[in-house]
Formats: sequence, structure tokens, C-alpha cells
Amino acid sequence: MSAPAAPARQPFAPTAPVTGGIGESPRRPDGTLKVKGEFAYSSDLWAEGMLWGATVRSPHPRARIRAIETADALTMPGVLAVLTSDDVPGRKTYGLEIPDQPVLAWEDVRYQGEPVALVAADHPETARRAAALVAVDYEVLDPLVDPEAAMAPGAPPLHPKGNVLRHIRIRHGDQDATAEVVVTGDYEVGMQDQAFLGPESGLAVPDGQGGVDLYVSTQWLHVDRDQLAASLDLPPEQVRITLAGVGGAFGAREDLSMQIHACLLALRTGRPVKILYSREESFFGHVHRHPARLRYEHGAARDGRLVYVKARILLDGGAYASSSTAVCSNAACFAVGPYDVPGATIDCAVVYTDNPPCGAMRGFGAVQTCFAYEAQMDRLAAELGMDPVELRLRNAMGTGTRVPTGQAVEGAAPVAELLRRLQAVPLSEAPPAGALDLRELPGGVSNVTHGEGVRRGVGYAVGFKNIGYSEGFDDYSTARIRLSVVAGEPQVEVHTAAAEVGQGLVTLQAQIARTELGVERVVVLPADTQVGSAGSSSASRQSWMTGGAVKAACEAVRARVLERAAAKLGSPAASLSLRDGEVVADGDRGMALADLLAGEVVEETREYHHRQTQALDPETGQGEAHVAFAFAAHRAVVDVDTELGLVKMVDIATTQDVGKAINPQAVEGQIEGGIAQGLGLALMEEIQVVDGEVRNPSFTDYLIPTVLDMPPVRLDVLELGHPDSPYGLRGIGEPPTISSTPAIVAAIRAATGRPLTRVPVRPEHIVGVPAPESRDRPAAGAGRAGPPEGGDEGGDGSDPDPGSAVSEPGRPDPARGFPTATQAPLDPDRDGG
Amino acid sequence: MRVSCTINGEPRHADDVWEGESLLYVLRERLGLPGSKNACEQGECGSCSVYLDGVLVCACLVLAGQAEGSEVVTVEGLAAGDDLHPVQEAFVEAGAVQCGFCTPGLIVATHDLLARNPSPTDPEIREALAGNLCRCTGYEKVLDAVRLAAGRGLWTATGDPSGRGLPSRSGAPGTRGGDDAGPRAGEAGT
Repeated sequence: MSAPAAPARQPFAPTAPVTGGIGESPRRPDGTLKVKGEFAYSSDLWAEGMLWGATVRSPHPRARIRAIETADALTMPGVLAVLTSDDVPGRKTYGLEIPDQPVLAWEDVRYQGEPVALVAADHPETARRAAALVAVDYEVLDPLVDPEAAMAPGAPPLHPKGNVLRHIRIRHGDQDATAEVVVTGDYEVGMQDQAFLGPESGLAVPDGQGGVDLYVSTQWLHVDRDQLAASLDLPPEQVRITLAGVGGAFGAREDLSMQIHACLLALRTGRPVKILYSREESFFGHVHRHPARLRYEHGAARDGRLVYVKARILLDGGAYASSSTAVCSNAACFAVGPYDVPGATIDCAVVYTDNPPCGAMRGFGAVQTCFAYEAQMDRLAAELGMDPVELRLRNAMGTGTRVPTGQAVEGAAPVAELLRRLQAVPLSEAPPAGALDLRELPGGVSNVTHGEGVRRGVGYAVGFKNIGYSEGFDDYSTARIRLSVVAGEPQVEVHTAAAEVGQGLVTLQAQIARTELGVERVVVLPADTQVGSAGSSSASRQSWMTGGAVKAACEAVRARVLERAAAKLGSPAASLSLRDGEVVADGDRGMALADLLAGEVVEETREYHHRQTQALDPETGQGEAHVAFAFAAHRAVVDVDTELGLVKMVDIATTQDVGKAINPQAVEGQIEGGIAQGLGLALMEEIQVVDGEVRNPSFTDYLIPTVLDMPPVRLDVLELGHPDSPYGLRGIGEPPTISSTPAIVAAIRAATGRPLTRVPVRPEHIVGVPAPESRDRPAAGAGRAGPPEGGDEGGDGSDPDPGSAVSEPGRPDPARGFPTATQAPLDPDRDGG
Repeated sequence: MRVSCTINGEPRHADDVWEGESLLYVLRERLGLPGSKNACEQGECGSCSVYLDGVLVCACLVLAGQAEGSEVVTVEGLAAGDDLHPVQEAFVEAGAVQCGFCTPGLIVATHDLLARNPSPTDPEIREALAGNLCRCTGYEKVLDAVRLAAGRGLWTATGDPSGRGLPSRSGAPGTRGGDDAGPRAGEAGT
């Protein structure tokens, strides 16, 4: 077997110089390649003799496989391999937390699109056609798609341990408290997709000695490697992964997609194998944001002070565990929002169903609850006759506030300041009647209104979330820093396994190294598994964790350099520093680094660990579970065509404490991009799943915001510093996606008076069209395909006053937690599917 | 079949092309030009935007055979030598590039816009780029980049300041109206 060399089109090595240090906004080192079309994404890779892989997927959400017949596919000209589960040499399942997901299904199929077999061929079309020739004999079963039904006693277990993946109870303060004013509400969040633009793809290259090199887009190289090694039955060192160019991630690349598949085909055929998903396949190829049903009860005193919050949250985890248990934890921990709440009773569960698997997406559980608790705060304000912002200010948490899990918030918790500053941002004037550009009206150039029936609304929301991994996980990142002299000039190489997914981490690593070592030329090496784990580019953690590791390794290199300089210069090391490629003694020039090193290399590797956290108590949910928190607030202004239910965002203002803006331009980019995804969830983005089948797996039918949908963003970035983190930074990626959605919906409520208890908000919700009876009838929504309406919230069609939903006799009490067999289903209106 | 066309000013041909292959596939997989991207391959995202005989098209929606004898300009053909084209320069400078997967399409679409309209208003920019999806930036810095590129005043009524000279458009320049502004224009603002 001849061993093919590394791919002819190599992953990118960002060698373009970065010119700035901490607090500046230098150009991205990969920017030039990206604008020229020369940056090598995983889908661009190519190698001599390369084959194309294709995946046979189940068309059924639930089925039993009786037999798989591969002979016809295998005899097709151009086909080199057809694999089934029998060909998986090692562990036949994988998973981030629980390895419950088959590499290839062998008996049970649990969701539509589940991989069943693989094909490798010399042309992608040949591979696709051969995949269609793989004959799978399915015994089709009724899918279990209603999460309430899935957790009911007697429900058929989809996995050996039953259908409840996790149920978290938080009991905080007086559990029997009563309040003068009580508001309740039921809320629902649809299934959002990360919709990164770069489809799942990668190239596996066999090394000819039984091992494999994989070039792939992912968020965490080492967790991929460990899962690959287990399923390929190889020692980890024989599975080498290099990060290829990543076309966005947003959580969807935490789980494996084509990684094991490509390696299996490459090892079987002895040739490089590329797998590249189409957009349709991508919708089946990664996990989504958990759909949620949330029931809330808020109790407050007449002066607006919260007395208690009760919440019952049900997340649909879909067919496999993915990161569901952690998402469940986040939804529970942040269920009351950034408020000082004396009493909390929270039950949050995530269940298996035969729906698409759900897992990580930007905001990770905190998004779903923020939509509900912020709607509740507005309801409470209306009931009290109080300004919604004033109510929030009255209850805003601050430094030292104990969250419902008992942990006191350390460092800045500027909830009130964020809201006050947001209020101070001037509201945009409505343009004079008749002067409107069609493109600035709801419906745009569809020319459906010239302003008649259009009402403006303003809404506020604030949210928070944890930074980093929680619940006792000893998370860390590793950095190797190498200082050498190249062509007479000092050069620093930064080597980590941290995934650049677009956020600008490559720039940030170089900025830190330049600042710490005072060296002009810094090269960030490609991320791979030849260095220790960096952890995942998720949980808003990577700047903190890998930034911390790079800083620590630079400090170690600096200490060695200064020691050596101290000996040469006869000054104490403490009086020396590094600047502009020189050792500087008490402000005077000492000697050039190039002379000091004299051809030697100084290399140090460091791990950065954040402080230890604790598990949550299984009965009470109490524990110091989180590393840190991050806060943001949003104010949305919308124009709504109340006759057609169309929404035009006028502008959105945001305030966010980022701790320290290491790269202000990148910070702004994260905030603006996060808001766009929050807008998507508010107004248009939902994977429509009917009886377990995805009805809109394309960018024609799953709509993400365009530049016409996105309003101008007004930013107010605070840098209040965090006591624990490198440079005082906080994670910034997720908060913009959390409170933007509820702010937008609050603005639509303000414009229309509708309760709007479900996102995405659809035109029929705004107009008040009653829900059709059949779940199977696709909704027609003024150009936006909507999901079937059987699951619509009670009241949207008829109740014009959001403040009136004060008490609902006959509804289960959220404090009672999840229903037993004798309790009513969560929502009798909903036909359980 | 064999497909021959002029790409970025050079005559190119691809052999053994299957009739079902798109121009995008031939560019990316047969001609070594993967700059045009494959985010949806159904004309929704604009990431594969190229010029075909001077007209902005989604390369994924053009069969390779349709490009026979045509002049194609891709994102790889905009820069003159090692210097970035002013549009490319503006995108890097403004921070309009994050993951960058949409960037090649946005660069070509912006190039097309500014060649027709050297100083577009914000609504005109939004309308012209409505067929290009970006998932990272929220478009704010994309708008900044277009304003930056336009504001440098390099554009003339005849188009490209890089001097590369694009093939002339088949239609009259500067007349494109709202209804062919992009595949998603009809969904504006909903």
C-alpha cells in the first residue's frame, strides 16, 4: 500500500504578520487569504488519488434495520468501498458525554437522517448514486416525538436507561413563599439551527502504517481524536488531526459528523477520502438548539420586588445525548435571569425522542430560558403598572448576589448599569410619513405597505450566562511557545490546538505573544493534536482559556530569557523587561534578543486551568458550579405591519461588559453577529419537524437573516474587568445571542399588544390568525414557511393583553415539577404528534 | 465532455466533465479554483458568486456546459498580482471577515455593486448584497467595508479601479432594478 503524502491543498498556516498587541485591532493574519479566496477550508482540500465518501441515511425517524444489502452498490463502476456497522473495528458508538450514538446504525434507527452505511467512490456523483443503491430493509416504527409523552411513565424506552436524560432540581430559599402579585406563563422555543456556512467536510489520509491523518473543521481537536481512536480501535497517536479552515461553528461542530466515516473509508481503501456534506445533508449532519417548553410563575411584592420564581422547563434532546445534560444544567442554572430572587423552584429536564438530536448552540440553554423569564418580567411589569426597565432595575443582581444555585457572583455584575446605559441611548426618530423608502418598511420591496397599519414598538431584555465549563469539570488549555532567531530577528511561534472558527482567536494569540514577549514577529502555527488539548472553542471560553495558556507559556519563556539576560548584564532579572525585540533594563536599552539567544531556542509549554468548580447537589441543585458569568442587555426597536404580521427591525442597541476588549474590532464582530442569530430565532429561524421528519432542510426554507433583515447595531461596550481571568477579559461570544431575542419579541408585543409566547414569532401570531387544526398542514406565513400550528401557544390568537395572563386555574403548578401519569399533559391544546 | 472557457483572463479547459457538473464544481474540483464557495449549492447564499460574461451569477446554478466559450471571473481574479483589490482590502480592514466562508461571494457582489454604482446609499448596499448570506458578522462590518471601499473614491463609471478590466456586461450598466437584485430580495424585511 503506497502512503499518500499530505494533501496537495494544505490547511492554512497563518503566517501573515499581526501588528498589534493587547487592546488593539490588528488585521487578521488569515484575512488576506480569505478575501482572495485562497484560504483552505476543509471543503477545499484535495489530494492525489482522492476518493469521495457518501453517507446512506435513514429516511425514517424510527425503524428497525432487518438487513442491509450492499452488493449492488459495491459492483457499481467507480465504487471502492461500502461499509456498515460491521466494519467499525472499535467502539460502535460515540458521543461527547455519553457514547450512545452509533457510528453507523446496526439495529435501531432513532432519527431521520441517521447514518446507516458509507460509500467511497471516485466521483461524488458516483458515490451518491451508489449510496442510493444500498438497500436497507427497515421495519418502520411509530416515532416518539412528543417530549412530554417521552417522559411519561410507560413510554417506550428509546435507550436502555429510559428517556429522561437528566432532570435537575434547584431549590433555593423559602419553598412555601407566597406573593401579593403572581403572573404565570407558558412559553415555547423552536428548534434553531447553527447554519454555519461551511458545510461539514474533511479529508482523511491513511499513513500506510495503519494510522490516519484527518484534516477537518471542528471545535475541539482532542475530543474528536479520542472518539476517533476508540471507534477506529487505534492508539491516539495513530490518529492525528489538523484543523482545516472552519466555515463557522456556533456549537454545531462540537459533535462528530463525518470524521469517523472518512477515516473508516480511508483506512479501508488505503486512499485519501474526502467527505463533503451538501446543505441538505448538513441539516441532518449536526445537532441543533434544543426546542423548549417552559412554564413560569413569578411572585412579587406590590413594589415590584421578586419573591419567588417557579419554572418547569422541558427540553427535547432528540435521539442522542450529545451535550444535552450540560444544556439542561445551563437552562436550570440561569432560569431566573440576572435578578436577585429570594426563592426559586426550578425543574428542568431533557428527554430522548425520535426528533433530530440537539446539543450545543451559542447560548447553550440560557437562550431558551431568557426568552421566557424576560417575557415574564414584562408581564409582571404590566400587572404592576410599572415600567419594564424599572422593574428590572429593582431586581437587578449585583456583586455578591447569590444565584439560585447558591453561588455568590464575584466581580462586576453590572445588570443595572447595562440597563441604565441602554435607556440613555437616544431612540431613533420615526421618519416622517411619506418619506419612507420601501426597503425600510415591513415587507420591503414586496410593496405591501406604505406605512398604513405599521406600528412601532420598543422592547428591553437583559440576560446572563456562565463562561467556560461548569459543574466540577477540570477544564484546561495548553500552549507551546517557542522563541528563536530567524534571519537575525527574534520570532515567536505559538502552537495550540485551539480552533479558530472565525472568531479571531489566531489574531488574539499573536497579540498576547507580542505583548508578553515584546517581539515583532509572531507566527501562529496550525492547530493540531501534536500539542496538548486546548479544549473546545465554545462556552465563550477560548479567549480566556487559550489566551491564559498562551500568556502563561509566554511568561515562562520570558522568565528564562530574563534570567539569562540578568546573568549577562549583571542586573537582577526583576529589573529587566522585553520590548521591541530587546531586553530592557530599567527603561534603558539592554541588549538585542537576537544577540542574547545566540542561536538558541527557548521553548515552554504550559497548561492553563481555571479555578475549580463543584457539581450541583442532585436534590437541591446547590453548588459553586460556575467559573464566571457574563452579562449583556438589548433594546430593540421594530416597525410592525399589524395587518400582515410583518416585522422590520429599525435598530437594536446593546450594552455588554466584556471585561477587557483584547481586540475591540473582534469584540464588535462577535456582538453584531450574535445579535443577528438572536434576531433569527426571534423572527424566522426554525427547523420544522413533523412526526420526526425535517420539512425544511435548505436555505430556501430555513431562513437566516440577510443584510436587509439586520438593523443597525448601536454598541456600548463596557470593560469592567474580571478578577480571575487573563487581562480581566470575559467571554463575549454568547451573551449577544441570549437577550437579543427577547428584546425583539418584547418590542413586537409593545407594537401589537399580542402575548407572543413562542419564538420564532410568525406573521399569524402577530395578526392573530387562529391555529389550524391539523398538525400536518404546512402553515402559510407571508413568504416565511411556518411550522404546523397545532403547537401554537394558547392565547396568541385571541388575547390582546399580555399583562392579563395572571393566573390560569386548572394549569399544573410549576412547583409540582414534572407531571406524573395522572397529571394533565403540559398543554392540552397540543396534540402530542 | 470537455469544457473550455476563459477564466480570470486565461483560456482554460476541463476534460471528462460529467454533464451534471456545475460551473462551481468544475472551478473548485477540476481547475484548482476553490475560492468560490459551496455553502448551499442552490443559489440561496451567494457564496459562489462569479462573473459570467460580466454578469454576476451563482456558479452553483450554472451548468459547466453553459459556461462553454464564456468569460468567467472569480474572486481569485480580482486582485492584481500580490496587491489586494480595494474591495478585498476594505473587507480585511473593516473587520468584515470572520470565518470568511461568505467573503469571496460578498467580495464579488460588492465589486459588481461598486462597478455599477460607485457611491451607493445604505439601502442600495443592503439591496445589492441581499443575496449573500453571512452567519458570523451580522453584516455591520460588511456594510462598513463597502462604505470604506466606496468612500476611497477609486471607482469610476467604467468600473474597476484595479485596472484589470472585466469583460463588459451584456446589459446596460447601472440599470439593475429591485426585482433582480438577488434571489432573496423578495423576502426583504419580513
